[in-house]
Amino acid sequence: MKLPIYLDYSATTPVDPRVAEKMIQCLSLEGNFGNPASRSHVFGWRAEEAVEDARRQVANLIHADPREIVWTSGATESDNLAIKGVAHFYSKKGKHIVTSRIEHKAVLDPCRQLERAGFEVTYLDPDSDGLITPEMVENALRDDTILVSLMHVNNEIGVINDIEAIGDLARSRKIVFHVDAAQSVGKIPLNMATMKVDLLSISAHKLYGPKGIGVLYVRRKPRIRLEAQMHGGGHERGMRSGTLATHQIVGMGEACRIAAAEMDSERTRLIALKDRVLAQLSDLEEVHVNGSLEQRVPGILNISFAFVEGESLMMSLKDLAISSGSACTSASLEPSYVLRALGLSDELAHSSLRISLGRFTTGAEVDHAVAEIREAVAKLRELSPLWDMYKDGVDLSQVEWVAH
Amino acid sequence: MAYSEKVIDHYEHPRNVGKLDQDSQRVGTGMVGAPACGDVMRLQIQVNDEGVIEDARFKTYGCGSAIASSSLATEWMKGKTLDEAATIKNTDIAEELALPPVKIHCSVLAEDAIKAAIDDYRAKQKHDAAPAA
Repeated sequence: MKLPIYLDYSATTPVDPRVAEKMIQCLSLEGNFGNPASRSHVFGWRAEEAVEDARRQVANLIHADPREIVWTSGATESDNLAIKGVAHFYSKKGKHIVTSRIEHKAVLDPCRQLERAGFEVTYLDPDSDGLITPEMVENALRDDTILVSLMHVNNEIGVINDIEAIGDLARSRKIVFHVDAAQSVGKIPLNMATMKVDLLSISAHKLYGPKGIGVLYVRRKPRIRLEAQMHGGGHERGMRSGTLATHQIVGMGEACRIAAAEMDSERTRLIALKDRVLAQLSDLEEVHVNGSLEQRVPGILNISFAFVEGESLMMSLKDLAISSGSACTSASLEPSYVLRALGLSDELAHSSLRISLGRFTTGAEVDHAVAEIREAVAKLRELSPLWDMYKDGVDLSQVEWVAH
Repeated sequence: MAYSEKVIDHYEHPRNVGKLDQDSQRVGTGMVGAPACGDVMRLQIQVNDEGVIEDARFKTYGCGSAIASSSLATEWMKGKTLDEAATIKNTDIAEELALPPVKIHCSVLAEDAIKAAIDDYRAKQKHDAAPAA
């Protein structure tokens, strides 16, 4: 077994070797290096053909029309283009946007920016399972609402929002619906032919493609209009200028092709691995899985180990590459805003680990990881005054702490 | 977060982990911090008739720096008189462990814990002496 073990697939994934192979063919003089926008010679034509093949591969994965695929630099740019692009284009219709408190920063920060530009944003609180329900969205809609932007799968806890129902609702009110699907595309089925999603952000590096490339799906029927955020040549039907990065695009296309072909088998394998983790932790006291257990992707597990602080826990997990919801791992010293929005106590938020499994995770790796976690939790609980108090029957919520 | 070797050493081999009898007249207990802030330290001292700290124990919920700061504090307190122990400063702890700026609050918490344990012990003695006077 190679150490350390990578269990942070929701942060990024390694490029699949089949993807890397395709990308290499689009770089050097012998390869397909031309500018896809060059119309006057075969180098350009060949590059354009490769880009259009990749566009079809992405479209095929989400059952879209290839003409609805706009290349971007990644999900952050897709989110920015969708949110700011819609807001500015439709600002005469209204200035109200609905999103949630547990969105990725790539959605929250553009919303903040729009607030500074005079838009009004409603930030929905999720329920304790981490879900945004259609009812919550319905209650927040106003006559001047122009955009609803919600994530499909949450990157920290892995829960799945019912975007089908929310899409129906938005469409019935003629409100544009944007979905950040960075964590769901390639992992669970998405069908733009049946789902009433108008804009969909996709990232290649979350599905075994390269970093630096993504897609914004922009619906044609009914047609969704955007104000471009990047100008300079009018590429991608004027929505996103800039020379297309053939090797990146080909990589993303291949990654989507593989995802479409292997999604079902991979999902079955990941469910088994997730169950294996949970089974091996089931006899530990005060271990909580954060977020809905039913509505979730199998690859992401967010677990709080009460009375143990997340950063010190990670210090003990030398063989594991994972992340923590603890404040101490972030620059801000604030515990995860996602976990807090779920209504989790700060203490449990400080005590959380995110384990994310993926295509190259093995059963042996999972067993090794859980054994190491169990050992570390036992050691740190021995060190923890809170564990002592819990064992003595003290109700920690009733203690008057000397905060500092 | 890159830690100094000293922090890692204290984290991996914490000194004086444990619990003393909180109800004993010889024991002073200091509990500082809050779970919501991500760190809680319990530091206890046992003082002999000469006013010397003969034993010190801690348990800490918190990051590696918090654990190391309290572990170091118990090491330094042992064998000192109460007055000597009360002069231990957070800056000394931070310097010894080479704490990065973002972790200075861990050493502050350790100093608070030392003071709280000493105060608790002294309050017990006063309380004890009062009825006899």
